[in-house]
Amino acid sequence: MSDTAPNLLTVNALTKAYPGVVANSEVSFTIAEGEVHALLGENGAGKSTLVKMIYGLVRPDSGSMTLRGQPYEPSEPRAARASGVAMVFQHFSLFDALNVAENIALGMENPPPQRQLAGRIREVSETYGLPLDPESMVGNLSAGERQRVEIIRCLLQDPKLLIMDEPTSVLTPQEVDILFETLKKLSAEGTAILYISHKLEEIRTLCDSATILRLGKVVNTCNPREQTARDMAEMMVGETLHVPTREARDLGEVIVKVSNLSVSSENAFGTSLKDINFEVRAGEVLGIGGVAGNGQDELLSALSGETRAKAGAVHVKGKPVGDLGPNERRSLAILAAPEERLGHAAAPDMSLIENALLTGAIRENLTHRGFLKWDAVKAFADRVIESFDVRTPGARNAARSLSGGNLQKFVVGREVLQRPDVLVVNQPTWGVDASAAAAIRQSLLDLTSKGAAVIVISQDLDELMEISDRFAALNEGRLSDPRPAQGLTVDEIGLMMGGAHGMEVAHVDA
Amino acid sequence: MDLSQIDPILLITSIMVVSTPLLFAAIGEMVVEKAGVLNLGVEGMMIVGAIAGFAIAVESGSVIIGFVGAAVGGAILSLVFGILTQVFLANQVPAGLALTLFGLGLSALIGQPYAGIRPPQSTTLDVPLLSDLPVLGPILFQHDAMVYLSLFLVTATWWVLKHTKTGLIIKAVGENHEAAHALGYKVVKIRLLAIMFGGACAGLGGAYLSLIRVPQWTEGMTAGAGWIALAIVVFASWRPERVLLGAYLFGGIGALQLRLQAAGANIPVEYLSMSPYIVTIVVLVLISARKSNAGTAAPASLGKMFHATN
Repeated sequence: MSDTAPNLLTVNALTKAYPGVVANSEVSFTIAEGEVHALLGENGAGKSTLVKMIYGLVRPDSGSMTLRGQPYEPSEPRAARASGVAMVFQHFSLFDALNVAENIALGMENPPPQRQLAGRIREVSETYGLPLDPESMVGNLSAGERQRVEIIRCLLQDPKLLIMDEPTSVLTPQEVDILFETLKKLSAEGTAILYISHKLEEIRTLCDSATILRLGKVVNTCNPREQTARDMAEMMVGETLHVPTREARDLGEVIVKVSNLSVSSENAFGTSLKDINFEVRAGEVLGIGGVAGNGQDELLSALSGETRAKAGAVHVKGKPVGDLGPNERRSLAILAAPEERLGHAAAPDMSLIENALLTGAIRENLTHRGFLKWDAVKAFADRVIESFDVRTPGARNAARSLSGGNLQKFVVGREVLQRPDVLVVNQPTWGVDASAAAAIRQSLLDLTSKGAAVIVISQDLDELMEISDRFAALNEGRLSDPRPAQGLTVDEIGLMMGGAHGMEVAHVDA
Repeated sequence: MDLSQIDPILLITSIMVVSTPLLFAAIGEMVVEKAGVLNLGVEGMMIVGAIAGFAIAVESGSVIIGFVGAAVGGAILSLVFGILTQVFLANQVPAGLALTLFGLGLSALIGQPYAGIRPPQSTTLDVPLLSDLPVLGPILFQHDAMVYLSLFLVTATWWVLKHTKTGLIIKAVGENHEAAHALGYKVVKIRLLAIMFGGACAGLGGAYLSLIRVPQWTEGMTAGAGWIALAIVVFASWRPERVLLGAYLFGGIGALQLRLQAAGANIPVEYLSMSPYIVTIVVLVLISARKSNAGTAAPASLGKMFHATN
């Protein structure tokens, strides 16, 4: 269709520089009406900056854009929306304490009264197969439902161009299918979609064309249907990908045994863990999938010792540890790296040296009678930076100053280098670019070859399939029975994850 | 003690008078906190409003101009806080505390020549016929205009927050300033306006003390009313109708203890004077102990610094 359809948006030589880094350099591409256009690139390739310029959040230093032949220079998102450009954010721009209709009204220029708006929300949500109750509090919705709120907010404005920033990272396979149906329907109606994603298979099924960015420059354009995912990945990274290799290993004795673990969540919006059972053997990777917010954080806390359960709920090497705190578990070589990098895995305003000390003090012997051995701490921090290729001017820099991917390498590396017997990680490669992600996964596999038991909690199914020996899924705080990862189909995984979350209960009549 | 000396009708009318300054200050601070800003300078803005209103009323001879001046004075002082915290990104807690100390000092300085003077007389709003009703008349229809203004302000705040887009934007900014910014709302501007509204309300509350309730200027005359107003906002879990309830409850305890003192209650006066403050502490403890509700009531971005990154 892109051959005949007129051009909708033309981006011409856009450049945007920040102090010390050129985020976009002379970026040009065009999108036709009704076209689904992919924007591909690693972290830091400049995708976000580019779409922020199109959406009016960031002003370009130079270059121009035209929308339907007219010059287009949005000074703020409001102006972009008025011109028919809408955006669904990667980190949802929603308000937990407000209901669906209020959230949608906030994204509109002239929202109708609430009752009328609720009617229109129901109407649009039915037309596009996105069931949603306008009255429900956003804080109680699943990630998939939250995304629907964002999409419907955009659709109510009747957009000509819909920008979607990594929309599927939080969805189950079934939810992805529903989303794609919606997007195809929109595209058929003439709405162009600018689709940002790392997931190459998705782009191959959905998109008509792709622009590939690397280090702020357009390096290639292609028709994704005619390329293999591997080719596109290499265009993105600019080098040959290093896929982790799995050495054949003998599984040893059972190291971790979790039996009937139930923990009620401390957070009002959290999920309680219900009767969780599993075992992990020496040399094994247990992958735990599931849609975000189904008990991942709570499970990590229960395994790391942040929340305590009954002593017998968690056994490590036959020893009951369920009621021990994090430091007591660390001294038993049970380590964990939580998902939230800033504020949970690392203290944002402390240096990398201090952050290295915080979890490494016990295992690495970094204290002496209550005094800190700064030289040893510094050496440990440098070792993490060195071994995991953390890009920072030095260990004295604050954790906050690192980019997300680099900090992720640091927090995972810090635990891996402490030679754990049990390592629990949540989202180990979240926001990390492809080559660094491969390195992190490799380091987890290396641990298992030394006899450690590794539990990887992740929302990236490809990642889990790549490194797990067995796979289980969390759904509303319950864990499915772990099954061998090899040979699992996407459908089976989707069922383990609880199907399309909330799809059956559409609440449309509520 | 002779409880029969306490006339219930007079008690209720005096509760309304004692509560009105608290109500003004609390409803203003509630809007500020709804927008995600914690301004601990209520006490300072109240006392500056008290002296500004008093001085302007004395100089101009008009109570109404005095109240206008008090609102402007409170708003200007709050703008100092606003610029410090929203533009220069100062921490809100020390900035608010500093505002209180600054306000107390500034008001004492301005107030030097005004000690012992009587302000112009304010008139009560006697509604014909209605104010002659027995019981209801004195309770509902024989107050000064400011009492009605305070009640109107609570109703208006409730209506704006619940039914208008302006209210929705204020709540959105206080709930998640990053998201509000991403949607294109001017977080800093909205917060500055909310802070100034809070300052104006606190100023009115202070002037009500110096022009109507006492009516006289004495140094430090707010005597902790601003802190009670802050407690009322938390007590009310950020809801206007509960702010009204809270203000009348706290004011009621204050009015009652005065009556009990007058009636010669057999308790040391100091205990009675302490009672509103003790109730404040107890209520705050009870509310923070109620864990289930704590997560949902407070605006999620309350007291957090906002810095637009692009």
